[in-house]
Amino acid sequence: MSITRRIAIATGVAAALMGTTAMAQDNVRIALVAKSLGNGFFEAAARGAEEAAEELGNAEIIYTGPTSTTAEGQIEVINSLVAQRVDAIAISANDPDAVVPALQKAMQRGITVISWDSGVAPEGREMHLAPSSDELIGQTIIKLAADKLPDGGKVAVLSATSTSTNQNTWIAEMEKVMDQYPDIELVATVYGDDLADKSYRETQGLLQSYPDLDAIIAPTSVGIVAAAQAVQDAGKTGEVNVTGLGLPSEMAGAIESGASQSFAIWNPVDLGYATAMLAYNLATDEAKAEPGAEIGMGRMGTATLDDDNQAAMSEPFTYDASNIDEFKSVF
Amino acid sequence: MKQFITSREAILLAALVALILLVETRFSGFAAPGNLASVFNDTSILIMLALGQTLVILTRCIDLSQASNLALTGMVTAMINAAMPGVPVVALISIAVALGLLMGAFNGLLVWKLDIPPIVVTLGTLTIYRGIIFVVSGGAWVNSHEMSAAYKAFPRAEFLTLPVLSWIALAVIAGFAILVNRTALGRAFFAVGGNPSAAVYTGIDVGRTRFMAFVIAGGLAGLCGYLWVSRYAVAYTDVAGGFELDIVAACVIGGISIAGGLGSVTGAVLGALFLGTIKNALPVAGISPFWQMAISGAAIIIAVAFNRRKDPGRVILKEPAQ
Repeated sequence: MSITRRIAIATGVAAALMGTTAMAQDNVRIALVAKSLGNGFFEAAARGAEEAAEELGNAEIIYTGPTSTTAEGQIEVINSLVAQRVDAIAISANDPDAVVPALQKAMQRGITVISWDSGVAPEGREMHLAPSSDELIGQTIIKLAADKLPDGGKVAVLSATSTSTNQNTWIAEMEKVMDQYPDIELVATVYGDDLADKSYRETQGLLQSYPDLDAIIAPTSVGIVAAAQAVQDAGKTGEVNVTGLGLPSEMAGAIESGASQSFAIWNPVDLGYATAMLAYNLATDEAKAEPGAEIGMGRMGTATLDDDNQAAMSEPFTYDASNIDEFKSVF
Repeated sequence: MKQFITSREAILLAALVALILLVETRFSGFAAPGNLASVFNDTSILIMLALGQTLVILTRCIDLSQASNLALTGMVTAMINAAMPGVPVVALISIAVALGLLMGAFNGLLVWKLDIPPIVVTLGTLTIYRGIIFVVSGGAWVNSHEMSAAYKAFPRAEFLTLPVLSWIALAVIAGFAILVNRTALGRAFFAVGGNPSAAVYTGIDVGRTRFMAFVIAGGLAGLCGYLWVSRYAVAYTDVAGGFELDIVAACVIGGISIAGGLGSVTGAVLGALFLGTIKNALPVAGISPFWQMAISGAAIIIAVAFNRRKDPGRVILKEPAQ
């Protein structure tokens, strides 16, 4: 093949590629960046965002994220989104600070940047949509454990990584309200790094270190599943109640076996939907992110921003044996 | 006897015992037979993978794709089980091993026929196999309630006081002891790693031997894929993410020379057990979780430093000094 023919073909291919992007430019392109791909929670959020896009008509969702939960991976994803000139980036951050420079670069190019689920430091985003208020989540997770322990008992926390923004905030909020439950003793906080095998091993460690443990609170979807399995394998079903935050589809087995009596979660479909609605409203300049602003979230009502430009969507919802069958096929 | 006491394996065994006793002082009950059996069970998968890796490293290669291979076969068996709960576990295990062998053979063929450096081949297939998981699963999880009871029960079933998972590991260890010490292929692994040029003159096909090492490592990774997913009762895209480094670390601790040609089955098993014991001990030893990673890394370096080879006594003629 001659050089000129090669150049001709390459130009043709490039032109064809540019043609397709040019056509898509009419839509408002919203990138939904997950902590990592292949996590049921984010897949469900992406479905919610698609639902919002359908309702809006002229919005397009680009669901993306790194393959593992690292800030480095997210920075690469953000840089490629900036290069693609999307209209809005909505990110659930693996690290609140590490992604800030990349997001600031995006904002300088006129891209609307918001964070959702796991927040970004205020200088790296226009607003943050928390799935629920951190206070409510902290209160919910301890209440889930305490309600099943009327006579008091020992509880331990199995978290994700020691640097997870949201897990750390929820645990701190939980500790603030611990004095409302004088008979409940928090004996340990361990970190399973959102890996099934490490979470399983940490749970085994808890069961060995505290033979009279009554409940494990895991405010992470990977951790709660692994903890329930470890409790079941240790033959402690019924003695140790695993609770916290999980997805109904992933927790159905644990509820069925009795390793978990109840757990809570906000609806990720609603969260993805609300995020896409907010990103759309900000990207099309229908609303401006400033303290006190009220921004529409479609069927989810309106989000009211606080002094840090943060807003909460709704309260977490509790799932147990009575409603798990209804929700396990939803998300 | 004297030879054994001064051997690397004996030193490592002593270190392992010392480690267990040290943990026992911080958490009494750790050294109880029942708990040690559960540590062994927890480490079974690492032992099997480390044995497969040992063969590959012996031939001067490395297989970084084992964890991805494990994750992909695990996901495939879980998806088959979720879609067709009637398929017996034996069939699923056969599928897992076959898939693993296939992926190992793909690595081996690239190394053998195209002569690409193994680290490049397996870095590529590490990503490819992990990528295929996203393709086949669409990013979705297979959860415990979608798996059949038989699928989850097999590795947990107790047989003569030990779970089946432990028995499988013991069988693999025994098989490897015979393969490495008593068969022509086993000796060929050492010969190829010790001095590839000399191995050719003794009539050993270097490429084919390396291919066999990759195939065996792949088959074991496939078997472990089913065992892993069944044990943790969840299959997702990031299963065993980063585990390839644990496997290589276990081999290095076990005294398998990264330069090839030196190592033993006992060493690999002890190396894996050492790492497995640390992983199981840290959660119960009351050490701050913030220190755990640093401690586990330091333990690896200390183990290797103690285990350092003073005289590289290769099986066949040493290569001339460069």
